Amino acid sequence: MARFLVGRVLQGVFVLWAAYTLSFAVLYALPSDPAAIAAGANNSVTPEQLAELRHEMGLDRPLAGQYLAKLGGALHGDLGTSLQSGEPVTSLIGAALPPTLAVAGLGLVLGALLGTGLAVLATVTPYRWLRQALLGLPPLGVAIPSFVVGLLLLQWFAFAWNVLPAIGEGGWRGLVLPAATIAVQPAALIGQVLARSMEGELGKDYVDVARAKGAGPFRVNVRHVLRNAALPTLTLAGLLVGGLLTGAIVVEAVFSRNGLGRITQGAVAAEDLPVVQGVVLLGAAVFVTVNLAVDLLYQVLDPRLAIERRTAGTARFTLFGLAGRG
Amino acid sequence: MSAALLEVEDLAVRYRTRRSAVRAVEAATFTVGEGETVAIVGESGSGKSTTAYALLGLLPRSAAVTGGRIGFAGRDLAGLPERGWRELRGRQIALIPQDPGTSLNPVQRIGAQVAEALRLSGNADRGTVRARTLELLADAGLPDPEVRARQYPSQLSGGMRQRALIAIAIAARPRLIVADEPTSALDVTVQRRILDHIGGLVRESGTSLLLITHDLGVAAERADRVLVMRAGAIVEQGAPGDVLAAPRDPYTRALIDAAPGLARTPRPRRLELAALPGGAPGDPFADARPAPAPAGDDGTAPPVVAVEDLTKDFRLPRSADRPGTLRAVDGVSLAIARGRTYGLVGESGSGKSTIARLILRLADPTSGRILLGGEDVTAARGARQRLLRRRMQIVHQNPFASLDPRRSVEQIVTDPLASFGLGSRARRRHRAKELIDLVALPAAVLGRRPAELSGGQRQRVAIARALVLNPELVVCDEPVSALDVSVQAQILDLLAALQSELGVSYLFISHDLAVVRHIADEVGVLHRGRLVESGPTEQIFAAARHAYTRELLDAIPGRR
Repeated sequence: MARFLVGRVLQGVFVLWAAYTLSFAVLYALPSDPAAIAAGANNSVTPEQLAELRHEMGLDRPLAGQYLAKLGGALHGDLGTSLQSGEPVTSLIGAALPPTLAVAGLGLVLGALLGTGLAVLATVTPYRWLRQALLGLPPLGVAIPSFVVGLLLLQWFAFAWNVLPAIGEGGWRGLVLPAATIAVQPAALIGQVLARSMEGELGKDYVDVARAKGAGPFRVNVRHVLRNAALPTLTLAGLLVGGLLTGAIVVEAVFSRNGLGRITQGAVAAEDLPVVQGVVLLGAAVFVTVNLAVDLLYQVLDPRLAIERRTAGTARFTLFGLAGRG
Repeated sequence: MSAALLEVEDLAVRYRTRRSAVRAVEAATFTVGEGETVAIVGESGSGKSTTAYALLGLLPRSAAVTGGRIGFAGRDLAGLPERGWRELRGRQIALIPQDPGTSLNPVQRIGAQVAEALRLSGNADRGTVRARTLELLADAGLPDPEVRARQYPSQLSGGMRQRALIAIAIAARPRLIVADEPTSALDVTVQRRILDHIGGLVRESGTSLLLITHDLGVAAERADRVLVMRAGAIVEQGAPGDVLAAPRDPYTRALIDAAPGLARTPRPRRLELAALPGGAPGDPFADARPAPAPAGDDGTAPPVVAVEDLTKDFRLPRSADRPGTLRAVDGVSLAIARGRTYGLVGESGSGKSTIARLILRLADPTSGRILLGGEDVTAARGARQRLLRRRMQIVHQNPFASLDPRRSVEQIVTDPLASFGLGSRARRRHRAKELIDLVALPAAVLGRRPAELSGGQRQRVAIARALVLNPELVVCDEPVSALDVSVQAQILDLLAALQSELGVSYLFISHDLAVVRHIADEVGVLHRGRLVESGPTEQIFAAARHAYTRELLDAIPGRR
C-alpha cells in the first residue's frame, strides 16, 4: 500500500511539473509583452522605462534562465505577481479559492446525488414509461449549456417566485442556485453512466441469487448492484472535477460572484500570464489530488483490488479488476 | 411416494424477441414430492433452466409464463405478483445457481451475504445472525467458517464459493431447493463432493430437490426420478434405473449413447472422411508430402513432440509467509508419437494448460527441453520460433470466445495462411472450402459469422482453422467441455477421424477422464504440476496405480 501511494504521489508531482512547464512554454511563446501589460494601458511610458521594467522582471534574460528562475520560485511557493494588480499570485488565488470551492464542491456533491438518485430510480422502477422518461433526462442535461440553466434558474427562483437571491454573495442561500447550475452537467453524466452500468450489473448471476434470497428490487439495486456499478462512475467523477473550473467561470459570470472563475476570465483577457499559469497549476493540483482520492476509493469499494495488492498480484487478478471496472 | 409438494401442469414459457416469440417451455408437466430429489436432464436450449427460473419467479423481463399451473404446497404460483414471489423466495423455494464464480456479490464478504439470506427470511435477528451464519457455513461444509465469513468471494476457490451459495440456499430451511447445474463449473472431484453434500443435506432435512443438469450420469446417480427434457417438453420420465436401462424416447437413447461416463467400453468411432488434402506440414500448398520421417535404429519413428524434465516456476509477489515462486509444472516428461493422441488429465490448477503453453512455445520453461521432431526448440526465438507455429496449432476450450466475432468463417479459417503469406487469395479460398468440408460443415457457412453458428459448429470452425496449415501437432485444450454431450461425441468422433486421415498428433487436455478415454491412446495424469501416472489408456482405466487417478476415476458420474 505504501509503495503504491509513493508511486502515485511521484506521478502526481510529475504531472504538476509537466503542467507548469507546458503552460510556461505556451504562455511565454505568445507574442505579447508582459512588461507592456504590467506598465498599463496608458501610453505615457517611454521605451527606456519599458526596457528598465523588462530588466526588473527578468524578461531580458534567456528563456531557459527565466524558466529555471520561475520554476525555482514556484517550488518555494512563489508564483510571481499579477501583471495587472501587482499582488502576489498565490494570495490572489488564495482569496478567490474559498467561494469557488464552496460552489464547485457543493455542485459536485449535488450532481453526484442527483445522478445516483436518477440511476437508482430508473433501474428500480417497474414502470417502463418512468424508466424511459428518466433515462431521457441525461442527454437533455448535457445538451443544455450551463449558462442557459443558470439564467432559467435565476428567472424562476429569484425573479418569478422570489425564493432565493439572484446575486450570489452572502450565506448558504446565495450558494444554492450557482451550485445547482454547476450540478446539472455532472448529474447528467453520472446518471447516464451509472444507469448503464447498473443495467449491466442487473443481468449478472449474483443478482439472481440476491433475488432468490427474497430481496426486493430496492435492496437488490442499492445493496448489491450500486457498489459494483459505482466503479466506472467513480472514474468519471474524477474526470468531471476538471470541468468544474470551466463551470465556475460561467456560473460566476451569470450570478455575479467573485471567485476563481472571475480571476481566470480576467487574467486571460488581460494576458496576465503569471495568474493564468497559477490557475493552470491549481487546476492540475486539484486534478491530481482528486484522482489519487479516486484510486484510494477504488480500494475501498472493490475488495478485489485491495486483495490483489496484498496477495497475488498476478495478471489474472488485474484482468478481473479491469473487467470489473470496464 | 409422499404427497407432491410441487405440481407443474402444462407449464409454458415464452421469450419475446424483436421479431417473434420463442416458446422455451411447452406443456411441461411433472411433480416433485416432499423430500424427493428429481432431476431434469437436457441439453442447452432444452428449456430446463427456464423451467427452473420460472419456479422461482426469476424469469428475465423478456420472458413470461404464458400458460399452465405451478402448484406449490396447494397454491398456484403462475401469475403471482412480484410481492408474492418475494415472500416465497428464500423462505420456501431456494436456488443453488450454476456458476459459483459469478453468483456471489464480489464486493461483499461471504458472511454478510449469508447473513442477508438469514435476515430476509426472518430466521435470525440481530443477536443470533452471526452465530447462525457460521453454523450454516459449517453445515455447507466450509472449513474454518470464521475465516471464510470475513473473506471476499475472490479469495475462495470455486468449490468453496459453491458451498457458500449452498449455505445461502439452506439459510431459511426452504421446502424446495432448485439447483441449476450446481457443479458443471467445477472440477470432477469437487463436483462429486459438492453433490454428495447437497444430497446429504436434503436427506437430513427432508427438503425436496429439483436438480437441473445436462449430465445423465449425474442425474441417474443422484435422483429418485429423472425427467428428460427436449425442445421445451418433457419427453420421458421415470426412475433412473428404468430410464437408463430401457429408454422409450429415441432422444434419451441418444443422450445415453453420447454420455462419455455411461459407456462401459470405448465407443466405436464411426465417421468416414471424404476429402484428403495434400501439402507438406506447415504449408498446405507445398508440392508434396515429404517422405515419412526416417525410422530410428530400433525401428520406431521419433515422436512428433517430446518434452524432457519440463519445469515452470511462476514468481509470486514478495510475501513473508510464502515461498517466492509457485512451481506450476514440475519435472514433466512425455512424448507424443506421430498420428497418436496423448491425453493430459488434471483438475484446474494442475498445470495442464501451462504445459500446453510451454510446448506451443507461448511461454518459456524454467528448465527442461522441448523437442519437436527430434529437434531441440526450447531456445528458439524470433523468426525460428514463428515458423514453429506452422507445425503446432491449438483448439481452445471456448468456441464462443476463440473466434473473432467480426470476421467471416472463411476469414477465420484462412487467417493462419494469410499471416504466413501462404498461397494466393484463390488458393486460400479453395483451401478453406476443403477444410470446411473436412470438418463436415456445409460450404454455406464460409460466408457466415461465428454468431450465426451453434457451439458445435463453432468448434468445428476452430478445428478447421487449426488444421489449415497442415500442422504436425494440434493441442486441444478442453475442446469439448463447453459443449453439450451429444455435440461432444460428434466433435470427438471428428477429431478421431481427422487423425486417421491426416496423421496429425493431438495433445488432448481435459479434466474429464471419461472424455479422454474416448480419444486418447495414452494418458498422463497431472496432479499439482507432477505427472503422477501415465501409460496406455486402457491400462490406466483397468488398473490405476496412483490414488489420485483412482479418485478421478471414481468421480466420473455413473460409474458407481
